[in-house]
Amino acid sequence: MCTYLTNFVHTQGSVKSALGWQSIDETVVYFDHPVHLHKEHSLNIDFRNSNLGVETRIGIELSRETAKELAETILKTLDQVPDL
Amino acid sequence: MRSESILAEHIYFRGFNGEMIEGYLARALSLQSVGSVVVIHHMPGFDRSTKEITRRFAEMGFNAVMPNLNYREGPGASSDDAAAATRAAGGVPDDRLIGDVAGAQDLVLSLSNSNGKSGVIGYCSGGRQAVLSACNIAFNAIVDCYGAFVVEKPPSEFPLPITSIVDQIPKLSGTLLGLFGADDKYPSPDSVTKLGEILSEYGKDFDFHSFEGAGHAFFDSSRPSYRFDSANSGWALISKLFTEKLGDGS
Repeated sequence: MCTYLTNFVHTQGSVKSALGWQSIDETVVYFDHPVHLHKEHSLNIDFRNSNLGVETRIGIELSRETAKELAETILKTLDQVPDL
Repeated sequence: MRSESILAEHIYFRGFNGEMIEGYLARALSLQSVGSVVVIHHMPGFDRSTKEITRRFAEMGFNAVMPNLNYREGPGASSDDAAAATRAAGGVPDDRLIGDVAGAQDLVLSLSNSNGKSGVIGYCSGGRQAVLSACNIAFNAIVDCYGAFVVEKPPSEFPLPITSIVDQIPKLSGTLLGLFGADDKYPSPDSVTKLGEILSEYGKDFDFHSFEGAGHAFFDSSRPSYRFDSANSGWALISKLFTEKLGDGS
């Protein structure tokens, strides 16, 4: 099935690709068919800069298990940060 | 009628609102008149696997064209980037889809070896769009490959402006072939049964097949969901329908 599930995060950040660093202002999170990962469905993340061309998107496709572990690890890491 | 020689190329044509969009045209190089097929790609976009499908129809002896439904969001971009941009923009609007399919149909019917008959086939999200198209444009034959949200309403939290098109079913033109996976959840077997009941109620000509052991996207040989036995059976049914309804003898 196509889930169509899509969520958005207004983003302050930067990403690096073979073209170098670029700023991003939006992250799109969805669970649907991957393009490359050998799974029927995956957790997909697109890091985007709405002022740049669509081909500058940084796309990530993760298995459901990896996505959960990554999300938990991000939260765990943030919890470990001392008062700065 | 098979075509040993075909010509496939990227083209541009006028779609919704007269806007120029990209398409992929695969022609049967036949001196005899042939039927036409509009191919509606799946949600992952105007990609290699759906271009292969378009060429297959030409090899089967039809002129086939596939509009790039994501062209406006990503002209010149790769198919996956354009599909991602379209998703982020809220998906393909139904009125734009109908306009683009109408333009694609006009294009293939204008080819010098067209016999004036046309069909439409769509995969995944394109299954619903094929049915929607045939409710608004006259086609001789329609193939819905596991299209969801024809009957069922999307969940309330659904992010894209997709709606059920049950209210349009009375306008459906042509014969509808539905090919579904018995293990699919969208559309579920119950939704397929319900659609059949509605088509019967309005006296529509249709033929549905649900394949055991298959889920969504069983035609797509580039994905783990591929089921060669269901796909081969499906292709035989498609060939039979299009030969009967789009051929010169029909």
